[in-house]
Amino acid sequence: MPNYSWPPMDQRKVMGKAHNRLDGFAKSSGRAKYPSDVNREGMVYGVILTSPHAHCTIKSIDTTAAQKMPGVTAVRVTAPAGTEIQWAGAEIAWVAADTEPHARDAVRAIQVAYNVLPHFVSEEKKSKAGTRAKPAGEQTTGDVDEALKAADGVSEGYYAIPVLTHSCLEPHGQVIEWKGDKMEYWPSSQAVSTVAGDLAQQLKIPASQIHVSMDYMGGGFGSKFPSDIWGAECARLSKDSGGKPVKLFLDRATELTIAGVRPSAYANIKVAGKKDGTITAWQSESWATGGFTGGGMPPIPYIFTGIPNRRLNHAAISTNAGGARAWRAPNHQQACFLTFSAIEDFAAKIKMDPVEVLVKNLGLTARAALYERQIRKAQEMADWKKLWHQRGDSGSGNIKRGLGIALSTWGGAGHPSECRIKINPDGSVELEQGTQDLGVGTRTVVAMVAAESLGLTVPDIKVKIGDNAYPVSGPSGGSTTVGGVSSSTRKAAVNALEQLFLKVAPALNADPAKLEAVGGKIQVKGDPSKSMTWKAACQKLGVSSISETGKNDPKNPMGLNTQGAGGVQIADVSVDVETGVVKMNRVVAVADCGLVINPKTAESQVYGGVIMNICGALMEERVMDETLGRVLNADMEFYKLAGIKDIGEIVVHMDVHPDNDKRGVIGLGEPSAISTIAAISNAVANAIGVRVPRVPLSPDHVLTALYGKNMERSRA
Amino acid sequence: MSSKDPKNKKPFSRRGFMQGVGAGASAVGILATPEQAQAQGTVKAMGPAAVPVTLTVNGKPMKVNVEPRETLLDTLRGKLDHTGAKRVCDRGTCGACTMIVDNKVQYGCTILAIDAQGRQIQTIESLTANGKVHPIVPAFVENDAQQCGYCTPGFVMAAKGFLDKNPNPTYDQVKEGLGGNLCRCGTYVGVRKAVLEAAKALRGGATAKGATNA
Ligand code: FES
Ligand code: FES
Repeated sequence: MPNYSWPPMDQRKVMGKAHNRLDGFAKSSGRAKYPSDVNREGMVYGVILTSPHAHCTIKSIDTTAAQKMPGVTAVRVTAPAGTEIQWAGAEIAWVAADTEPHARDAVRAIQVAYNVLPHFVSEEKKSKAGTRAKPAGEQTTGDVDEALKAADGVSEGYYAIPVLTHSCLEPHGQVIEWKGDKMEYWPSSQAVSTVAGDLAQQLKIPASQIHVSMDYMGGGFGSKFPSDIWGAECARLSKDSGGKPVKLFLDRATELTIAGVRPSAYANIKVAGKKDGTITAWQSESWATGGFTGGGMPPIPYIFTGIPNRRLNHAAISTNAGGARAWRAPNHQQACFLTFSAIEDFAAKIKMDPVEVLVKNLGLTARAALYERQIRKAQEMADWKKLWHQRGDSGSGNIKRGLGIALSTWGGAGHPSECRIKINPDGSVELEQGTQDLGVGTRTVVAMVAAESLGLTVPDIKVKIGDNAYPVSGPSGGSTTVGGVSSSTRKAAVNALEQLFLKVAPALNADPAKLEAVGGKIQVKGDPSKSMTWKAACQKLGVSSISETGKNDPKNPMGLNTQGAGGVQIADVSVDVETGVVKMNRVVAVADCGLVINPKTAESQVYGGVIMNICGALMEERVMDETLGRVLNADMEFYKLAGIKDIGEIVVHMDVHPDNDKRGVIGLGEPSAISTIAAISNAVANAIGVRVPRVPLSPDHVLTALYGKNMERSRA
Repeated sequence: MSSKDPKNKKPFSRRGFMQGVGAGASAVGILATPEQAQAQGTVKAMGPAAVPVTLTVNGKPMKVNVEPRETLLDTLRGKLDHTGAKRVCDRGTCGACTMIVDNKVQYGCTILAIDAQGRQIQTIESLTANGKVHPIVPAFVENDAQQCGYCTPGFVMAAKGFLDKNPNPTYDQVKEGLGGNLCRCGTYVGVRKAVLEAAKALRGGATAKGATNA
């Protein structure tokens, strides 16, 4: 079998060197065509009628007037009379018309009578949830009561992290065009190779009839795997419109209401331990919602899974609200926030530096040595020893500065992936893969791997992705893409090169096994005088190209990729105790990354993960109207994201290290997006002397924690 | 204005409002001032059906039929295939639709197409037209100031408008000046560097790597 291993770290020519992303120019010039940019001859526009009520049944629905509106080509009803609706924003009917305004006019002309039913949307008040709370059953290990009694210190706190929306800037949607019984499908998707199968199942047609194209997409973050009812109804509107192409993308309010959320999490937590910082017990009573179907339990205690005495109770609460979807590191932000807030409160209780509490207890984690190295690095980068102080010990002025720390863990092994590499007689190289570039740099990374493997440069590789006609590659989720696509590309390239060596060996009068591809040449190992240029070598192919594939098999990644990434982040904030405004000074992120293929895009991933979670820490929150049961802030004015001046400075340290490198490639998108919220929450507690139990750390929540009537401290 | 028209008894809605506003050429678009409206001269009723207009996009006159309630952004994207500007919030919050109109940075989703007649509309496409590349574009590439890239054209145009007025900005001014655009992927670190680098390239007459002066 050929040797697929990565070239040794010090011999790489392309991998490991910063490379501009290949599609940077297309994106920065506005020339990149996203699915929502696709315009087709004769295209009509789809618009959805959604439910204004959080819980209701449809008494009657009449589309007669809508059918007759100007420009209307199709009207469809998916929630006929008698249907029970479980959340506001749920789809009821669909219109296609020659223009979007016409389609909206027609949607307004649909007459619906609702029978409004009681709803429940505020899961934080668990006592009001009644039968909507489904307890998961108590999990116990050791003797918690005994450990609590014997402890030198016990911290006790309430912690709350709300529902967030994905807020992809490109909304969910697609353009669909039938051509006879074949379909052209331009979805905004995280799953180029599998989304056609999903749509085919809904439409009950063979997947082979659906051709998917997607060169770019405007953000998914876990919410864009399926074709959804939006895809199926878009296809049906197209059929009903006589095969006209249909563009259907969710409007912003609908996008923020039904296109996926991150579940909330609430918990009362006790942490107990000894004076020296040793943690001996964890007790939590937690609850969460992911919408109508309830939702899963965050993995707590996070990372410190070896705490000897543990008692956990969790309940999943069903609400009348749009459902959860995977959200960049599902359940990890919540688990990290709950755990590291509680541990930091324990450290404050025993008046110990939280860094030392964490280090003291690393034996309770799966990666003690790695975390210790990363913690010390982050501590040094953040000037921790100089800037950290006892909780609340931050001087007499109104501006209080504080530091906080949290750790993360993630899998990130490569998904199943296949790649085809063609070497053509003219010397050109084509790389085909049914993968997608969500903006993480996939295109660039596979080109770099191919170039490295073939002894060429990145511009020599023509990358073709974003099409389901290419070899199947997995959906992009769970940070599994980079490991998968880089490994399959490596194997395809090595296989193709072997074939090329067979063709050119006679001309070089050498054993094919003794050849290597370096610097645009094929040469005899150890005897570079016996060589031929890449172009000349390819001419030996005559008229037929080489076409070889390579596969990543997650069961046997052959050392090319692996899973299990740690990470540490430290936040440095200043809080104005008069206004409650939290200002970011700095986030230090030490990222565990295994083998780094492109440091430039890898670093961008970490910046992105940190920034996304600064939004989550300081401003993002889906707010439900209890009376009406609707999302109150289903727009970008009041569903807040951080802007360019809100994020402070971000210092990233990629933990590039021979020990890490030899583990192979590990995904990076999620691990970098986990611990920021917890670190910021801890920094605020350190600054102002009290825990703000609820994120986002908005002025309201900060001031309530400081001066609210239930708090110990008062404005006096 | 048609909202004062006694025949117009429809309940108030945003779309209805847009429709109403659009019914008179002098009607005040969200950003147009009464002075601008006056300067345009005659008050001529338009709509509610689509009407022919001429828009000057990147220096070229373009004829197109638009409904008076249609935004400039939708017209450019849907009818003139200028899809660089994106529609994200559709409410003047996110900046994804940023373009430069009469030398002013504007959100294309807050201007009606009919109100854009007679104005100079500059879109992202103009920065890489006629074989020339404006230095801001390669500065964004060099500094990896894009991930999914959906917000990027808006940022590039906001940066262009900002640098036109502030050729020598400080780091803090960049943070302030680009505050009208949002990115979900978290590209702000790269954007800050890109804008400073582009400023340098523009000032020095030298161009960022890959740029040909425009
Ligand atoms: S789409 Fe115009 S500002 Fe958001
Ligand atoms: S790059 Fe994706 S939203 Fe900015």
